[in-house]
Amino acid sequence: MTDQKETNLLPDDPETTGHSWDGIQEFNNPLPRWWLWCFYISIVWGVIYTIAYPAWPMISGATPGLLGYSSRALVAEDIAHYDALNADLRTQITEVELTAVTRDNMPELYNFAIQGGAATFATWCSQCHGRGANGVQAAGYPSLLDDDWLWGGSVEEIEATIAHGIRTEDDPDTHWSEMTAFEGFLSDEEIGQVVNYVRRISDQEADATLAAAGENVFLDNCAACHGDDAMGDRVLGAPNLTDRIWLFGGSAAAIEEIVRNSRFGVMPAWSGRLSDAEVRATAIYVHSLGGGE
Amino acid sequence: MLDYVKLPILGLIAVLSAIAANYGLDFAYKVHAILIMLVAGGLFLWELRRTGEPKVPAPEGEYMDGPVKAAAIATVFWGCTGFLVGVFIAFQLAFPVLNFEWAQPYLNFGRLRPLHTSAVIFAFGGNGLIAASFYISQRTSAVRMWGGNLAWFVFWGYQLFIVLAATGYVLGVTQGQEYAEPEWYVDIWLTIVWLAFLAVYLGTLLNRKEPHIYVANWFLLSFIITVAMLHVVNNLSIPVSIYGSRSVQVFSGVQNAMIQWWYGHNAVGFFLTAGFLGMMYYFVPKQANRPVYSYKLSIIHFWALIFLYIWAGPHHLHYTALPDWAGTLGMVFSIVLWMPSWGGMINGLMTLQGAWDKLRTDPILRMMVTSLAFYGMSTFEGPMMSIRAVNSLSHYTDWTIGHVHSGALGWNGMITFGMLYYLFPKLWNRKALYSIRAVSWHFWLATIGIVLYASSMWVTGIMEGLMWREVDAQGFLVNSFADTVEAKLPMYVVRGLGGTMFLAGALVMAWNLWMTVRSGEAVADTNSAVPAE
Repeated sequence: MTDQKETNLLPDDPETTGHSWDGIQEFNNPLPRWWLWCFYISIVWGVIYTIAYPAWPMISGATPGLLGYSSRALVAEDIAHYDALNADLRTQITEVELTAVTRDNMPELYNFAIQGGAATFATWCSQCHGRGANGVQAAGYPSLLDDDWLWGGSVEEIEATIAHGIRTEDDPDTHWSEMTAFEGFLSDEEIGQVVNYVRRISDQEADATLAAAGENVFLDNCAACHGDDAMGDRVLGAPNLTDRIWLFGGSAAAIEEIVRNSRFGVMPAWSGRLSDAEVRATAIYVHSLGGGE
Repeated sequence: MLDYVKLPILGLIAVLSAIAANYGLDFAYKVHAILIMLVAGGLFLWELRRTGEPKVPAPEGEYMDGPVKAAAIATVFWGCTGFLVGVFIAFQLAFPVLNFEWAQPYLNFGRLRPLHTSAVIFAFGGNGLIAASFYISQRTSAVRMWGGNLAWFVFWGYQLFIVLAATGYVLGVTQGQEYAEPEWYVDIWLTIVWLAFLAVYLGTLLNRKEPHIYVANWFLLSFIITVAMLHVVNNLSIPVSIYGSRSVQVFSGVQNAMIQWWYGHNAVGFFLTAGFLGMMYYFVPKQANRPVYSYKLSIIHFWALIFLYIWAGPHHLHYTALPDWAGTLGMVFSIVLWMPSWGGMINGLMTLQGAWDKLRTDPILRMMVTSLAFYGMSTFEGPMMSIRAVNSLSHYTDWTIGHVHSGALGWNGMITFGMLYYLFPKLWNRKALYSIRAVSWHFWLATIGIVLYASSMWVTGIMEGLMWREVDAQGFLVNSFADTVEAKLPMYVVRGLGGTMFLAGALVMAWNLWMTVRSGEAVADTNSAVPAE
């Protein structure tokens, strides 16, 4: 026994083809007209389209199409359009004194620099410094919104940093300095003292005795770069240790880790990848974010 | 006699894979070699114990439904697994913290994503198609399946392929070709299994007692043949070492990309469209209990579909190194394909003429009709997205993901669920499903889930497409990539919820089918006897 029962037929059904498979029959209905006409139209449209656009491969190259369409040409045209549109401003920004580009002084150029710099920043800088340029606290990516500049916050200094990077090995003009790892140079006791001293001068909780003893350790070992007052030195990229703005964190453990093993970040030199105009526009943009000097 | 051929072959495979495990250059390769050794060794022992035992002759008067049952169960199992992984990676995208530090690198998004796509397409969809092919070809040919236990080899061989592929992804083995990630030795194994599948299927058709071949079989046969061709060509590669899992593709650069998307698009065309149309052409008339609407339409749309689909691949590569002329052809063929694709929808929907009232009472039929509606929508959306101008907005965005899922969840998922609900009572001789109410629950969970999924992806897709291309008056980009990621978060949560609903529906189905088999009312077997001539 099988339940190969025929599909149900109704009194006014059209004729079937007469076949039956496992009970399934088929009506002998014609093709729906609207379907057929849409199919024909799409075929005719397809033929016309392939005549109008590059389509059929021949022996050497394909038919170019009557409209002369080319996706590469369209992009090139787009780029050329904006290049021409901005050509004057682009030249101007590479020649002008950066400090002279202000909202009041040169509004058109300033606006161009801010828009272009923002786009460049969003594309190339935001990965580390964050979309809002606030950096990633305690992870080594400095905020660009505050007044605490490692290598200088004037617009020219910012431009130099963007162009040549920080500790970029293949750029001779890059900023370079490396903090010493004091593990082995200082005893554990001295390290404990200097950590507490740094905590104290940054107005954080610290052991008073250790901190007092740490002052001498600091003056002997750290002051050469960070300064006697621990306010840092921008020539050497040595951070200010009194302002509670920390590159790698200000907890006792984080400070001790840095004293023992040293840490310093790296930033790429952008002069090879970005044009002069882009680097300078970005400098103006970053300078405008609030922390610029 | 055959036992004496099988034994040395199995023994040889076990020994060779032991050697491979010993000399293996990478961890995943060793794991796979040991896995194959255990399988071959186990089969060797099993075969050895059976050798010389009297053979039970195959019951010639009965359909061979064992592999169909096994594939139906596997469909449910892999479906739930694949949906679960999908839900998890959807939430990984919304909340990256779910890329757990302790599970690195095994459970990060990058490794789970191919696991998800392969599990749903090849494991869920593939087992569904194996079940459909084996069931339909026997019924519509009125003969027992050809090849005896070869059908079992196809089933178990395919499961081994799935396990090798899935473990490979998690262990970091991939050849980096989308939907064709498994490495060379897994590809070779799949080729062998697939040719056996083709042999079983063709053998059954050639033995048929019916004068003509039923339309479902045209689609299923075109699916099996074309997938074999696509698989072999797209996986032409040279292993770096016979003892390692790495290989190098024969094609490179834009040629490789072209071959990859010729493969990728036709995996959609022949695996997910033609194969499932075959499924549709049997189970929709059966469930509606009405004849197929138009024989003529089925012929015309079948030949138009398989002729046109194979050229549509280049539309995946607009605005790339691929020359414009190839993109034009891919786009034109995609648009001309629109009507042939819709032919299947029309034939399926119109089959309900005279049976529309059943939609009120039969949630299984409702599922099938919904699947056809989603099929129609995706096969309109696809040609539209292949248009260069539309593609310049939609490409690389979540719109593509939404498009794929309205097709995969709506069309492939729903039609397969319909098939399973039809098959389980038939195969296990039960009077009816355990709970029709549960089918209704499944239907609504799945439908609302798909709508949430597809609409959230349309919103994010179009939004991010617009954000990426937004430039100010001076030509500068307005948004960074991170801006779009941030903007998409709410929609990613909605997408995850949609996926969760779809998964919940599938779990309801698994429970319902389980209860049907376990405690459904048994009836006399009216389904397995081959009709007398």
